[in-house]
Amino acid sequence: MIITKPRDWKRITDNLESVGARRVFLMGCGQCATVAHTGGERELEEAAARLTAGGYTVTGWTVGDVTCHLNGTKLDARKHREEIDDADAVLVLACGAGVQTTAEAIAKPVFPGLESLFLGTVVRNGVFEERCQTCGDCVLGETAGICPVTTCPKGLLNGPCGGMWNGMCEVLTDRECTHVRIRRRLTEQGRAGTGTLAPKDFSTALKPGGVNIRDRVTGRQKPSREASAREEGAR
Amino acid sequence: MSRLRELFDVGEFVVTGEVAPPRGTDLSAMHASVDLLAPYCHALNVTDNQGATLHLSSLAASRAILDRGIEPIFQQTCRDRNRLALQSDLLAAWSLGLENVLVVTGDDPRAGDHPHAKGVFDLDSTQLAGIARGMNEGHDMMGRELKGATDFYIGAAMFPEAEPWDVQLARIEQKIAAGVRFFQTQAIFDMDKLQRAVDAVRPLGAKVIAGVLVIRSPRVVTFVNEHLAGLMVPDHIAERIRVADDPAEEAIALAAEQVRDIRDIADGVHVMPLGLDAAVGRILTG
Repeated sequence: MIITKPRDWKRITDNLESVGARRVFLMGCGQCATVAHTGGERELEEAAARLTAGGYTVTGWTVGDVTCHLNGTKLDARKHREEIDDADAVLVLACGAGVQTTAEAIAKPVFPGLESLFLGTVVRNGVFEERCQTCGDCVLGETAGICPVTTCPKGLLNGPCGGMWNGMCEVLTDRECTHVRIRRRLTEQGRAGTGTLAPKDFSTALKPGGVNIRDRVTGRQKPSREASAREEGAR
Repeated sequence: MSRLRELFDVGEFVVTGEVAPPRGTDLSAMHASVDLLAPYCHALNVTDNQGATLHLSSLAASRAILDRGIEPIFQQTCRDRNRLALQSDLLAAWSLGLENVLVVTGDDPRAGDHPHAKGVFDLDSTQLAGIARGMNEGHDMMGRELKGATDFYIGAAMFPEAEPWDVQLARIEQKIAAGVRFFQTQAIFDMDKLQRAVDAVRPLGAKVIAGVLVIRSPRVVTFVNEHLAGLMVPDHIAERIRVADDPAEEAIALAAEQVRDIRDIADGVHVMPLGLDAAVGRILTG
């Protein structure tokens, strides 16, 4: 899930002031931001109370089902059209993806209410760790299911670095070195070491990412423009 | 050909020292250090933004000390440059007459004087060593032919005292397989562990230069333990410096003892005088 944290309140009010907004509609998210306790019902109520105490009027609020889903968010916006029409601006307590779908669905100034941090593992309720950075060039098959790119602060594929001391990380000194953990798990499973891993392919992580799986999911084979043109020419 | 390599080839016990490029453009202090060390050292390491703190580049400083008449060991960290820049600097180094390169990961920027910097770490030291070897063979890391190859003598860092040893050993073997021909160790305090490392490395055809740190005062003990990654001064040595009437003299005597021990174990010694450059002669001959 996407881990978020509350945004500095002054930055939020500065954003609202920048468009002279006094009336605000709030959008949350029923997925990650609810689990992270940053954009669920309770947090929206708290934000509404804080805005009200600060002299703003909250015209309404809703927790979107999946706020990063563009069509779903358009639907949510339609359901709350009067409250949104009544507002000067919308404050979104969701990750940056949710802020952007909301900004596309609603033709009013839309502002972020959270900071988006990372793709997180829920270690236990309320404890989140970054273990994957969605690099598109996975090495977990070689590294016993422990990602060195993410969990080694230097992102070294081949480690440890010279700072490892008694098996502990140089940078995050209360944590065991990722490369020590990888080696131990490989050994426990009777597997050889990782060998020297080749430099990563960072082209797979170039931004912005985009994937279209519609043809694969529906089984349709849509001819490419070039193929259509060739067919036209052949006729 | 690299003089360092020639000396190893004929079985000479090699002595290396270390100089830091200035934070600024005034090279006089570095040159003064070079002049003190040169009579006793076969080659000098030139550090690359050591401790993730800003200094004049190792590339330019290495050339400067070569011009002053001593062979440099050009240090290159993976922290500040991506694979294009690292390769470009390797080509530049060779074109400037730098024949030894020591590839290291580099300290994390959060430990340095620009803590908000992005650590690059596009490559790690093993991968960089492999790329330098590829350049020696006439191609870049993408396999494209170079117009003019390099012939670097490739070194890397090693940490004989860091546990767990099996992880260290795997790393050492990896580096040798990548093309590393000599290792400089972190400061050694435990000669048994140095022996263990040398025994592992020698059969694989690589040389070991053991590090000696001159711990001239109790303050240096604190500095090392708190600021130098992967290094701890053992209690018995810290105590010896602490109770000494003249800690600097005691540190020189201690370092000289360590050098004598190292002569029987390793292929060379790397002296890190931490400011006591003037005492390096006594340490090596004492």
